[in-house]
Amino acid sequence: MDINKDLVAASAASLVLAILSEGDSYGYAILKRVSELSGGELQWTDGMLYPVLHRLERQSHMKGKWGTSETGRKRKYYHLTARGKAQLAEQRQQWQMVDAALRNIWPSVSLRTRSPFLPMPSHG
Amino acid sequence: MAEPATEAWPGDSLEGQIEQWRSYLRRRQAIHPVDVEELEDHLRGEVAALSGAGLSENEAFLVAVKRMGALDTISNEFAREHSERLWKQLVIASTGAARSVDEARNETIVVFALAIVAALAVKVPELFGLDWGGDDMPFYLRNFSLFVFPLLTGFFVWKRRMNQRTWVWLAVAFVAAIVFANVYPFKTDGDTEKLTALHLPIALWLPVGIAYAGGRWRETTGRMDFVRFSGELFIYYALIALGGGVLVAFTVGMFKSIAINVEPVVTRWLMPCGMVGAVIVGAWLVEAKQSVIENMAPVLTRLFTPLFALTLVAFLAAMVATGGGIDIERNALIAFDALLVLVLALLLYSISARDPQARPGAFDQLLVLLMVSALVADAFALAAIGARISEFGFTPNRVAALGENVILLGNLAWSTVLYIRFLRGRGSFASLERWQTAYLPAYSVWAAMVVVAFPPVFGFH
Repeated sequence: MDINKDLVAASAASLVLAILSEGDSYGYAILKRVSELSGGELQWTDGMLYPVLHRLERQSHMKGKWGTSETGRKRKYYHLTARGKAQLAEQRQQWQMVDAALRNIWPSVSLRTRSPFLPMPSHG
Repeated sequence: MAEPATEAWPGDSLEGQIEQWRSYLRRRQAIHPVDVEELEDHLRGEVAALSGAGLSENEAFLVAVKRMGALDTISNEFAREHSERLWKQLVIASTGAARSVDEARNETIVVFALAIVAALAVKVPELFGLDWGGDDMPFYLRNFSLFVFPLLTGFFVWKRRMNQRTWVWLAVAFVAAIVFANVYPFKTDGDTEKLTALHLPIALWLPVGIAYAGGRWRETTGRMDFVRFSGELFIYYALIALGGGVLVAFTVGMFKSIAINVEPVVTRWLMPCGMVGAVIVGAWLVEAKQSVIENMAPVLTRLFTPLFALTLVAFLAAMVATGGGIDIERNALIAFDALLVLVLALLLYSISARDPQARPGAFDQLLVLLMVSALVADAFALAAIGARISEFGFTPNRVAALGENVILLGNLAWSTVLYIRFLRGRGSFASLERWQTAYLPAYSVWAAMVVVAFPPVFGFH
């Protein structure tokens, strides 16, 4: 299922910070973890991850450091800073609030428009 | 640029393909070399994972590149995050990917050493009692270009690794210049001395150009690069001078507030040393930024060509409407020389920035209009002067100005013919470019003649 672009953009920073809270990581591994967490549903365009990482680094939510990979190549690892942890806690609260609000409304939403047997509402 | 989508990539090995992909990334201004490395690590991770899942190396590479996303989109995202990269590109050491850091540092050291040598060279004559700003000012005016142009030439000889046979000739030219600027017994306050001071830099700009172009002086493109360099240097120099003016004002003002008069230091040291040092630093800046910042000279040309065309057309219309000819006074010829220089500069910098393959457009027509009206105005001026030249007499100034007018007019007239041919689809733009660059030495040769021949011909007056 394709996830709306705005939603991806809004959740990307939180996901990256949350993944880094599990331990230092690097671009490719972060992306793999996102895919794993969403059961393969959340697919970012790979190249788009890096500007997000750089933004978070600029905001000092995390710190990048060059190291070497297991094959001996240069690799940039990211580390969550104290500031990033605080930011993550805040974002977690916000997401939980949004999630709670949505959870409360879902039971009363009828999904009639998706039924093939009923005509679409004429307005709009 | 072709977008590297999923078509076949040249280079059959994985390394070759990755290298090719890297080179596409590197061309993006917003993506820095370190980012390319980071993205490459990602690509390799993806390729390894896909190969592990059973794809061939080739297939794995193609899928990995596809997953990375379109280059334009990635580049835009990087630009949004690092918007400063689209501006601040003048990071001297790290821009050129091909140049090593050591090489860039060496160059910086050489440039600043040369600038300091030039600054000190200006002060050397003072050791021999030649007073800057006093009675010996004519000496400094005659020799001013000689304090800095040889060093500038030396910088390019060093940087382009010119062979000895060529640079020996350049050295000979400078030695000759030193001789001609100093052996003549100029009369005090004479015209010929001022003409020498004015024309020597023009003559000596030729050896600078030969050194700048390295081995490419005989090629149109080599000379065109020198034209671009000259224009940019002029603009940089003007900007540095502006900054220098602010520095001087501050220095004088601040020391004044503690009752110390630093004006002698400023006029005897800061100004002369800064004036020569700035030429070398400016030249180096132009060299360092040529590939990363848009050239200013063509931008100014675009801005001012319509305005000057309008002015000239209005001038001609008013002249015809009032029925009067040009009232030639003594110095009118110099004003018309300046007009031709200006129009030729506008033409030259339009040419230097134009894509030779592009079809003629409205801007080309505007330029031709400007050229034709300049030609007409100059023809009127020459006719008026010709009628009264015997009355005015042949002073060195007037002969020099007349010679320049003829040379400039010749260039502009033939350029106009070539440009009109190009507009009509009968000639190529390249021929206009060739004509302009082939003509460049003529200015220096005439200037050299003024320096060498005029003083004796006019009795050093």
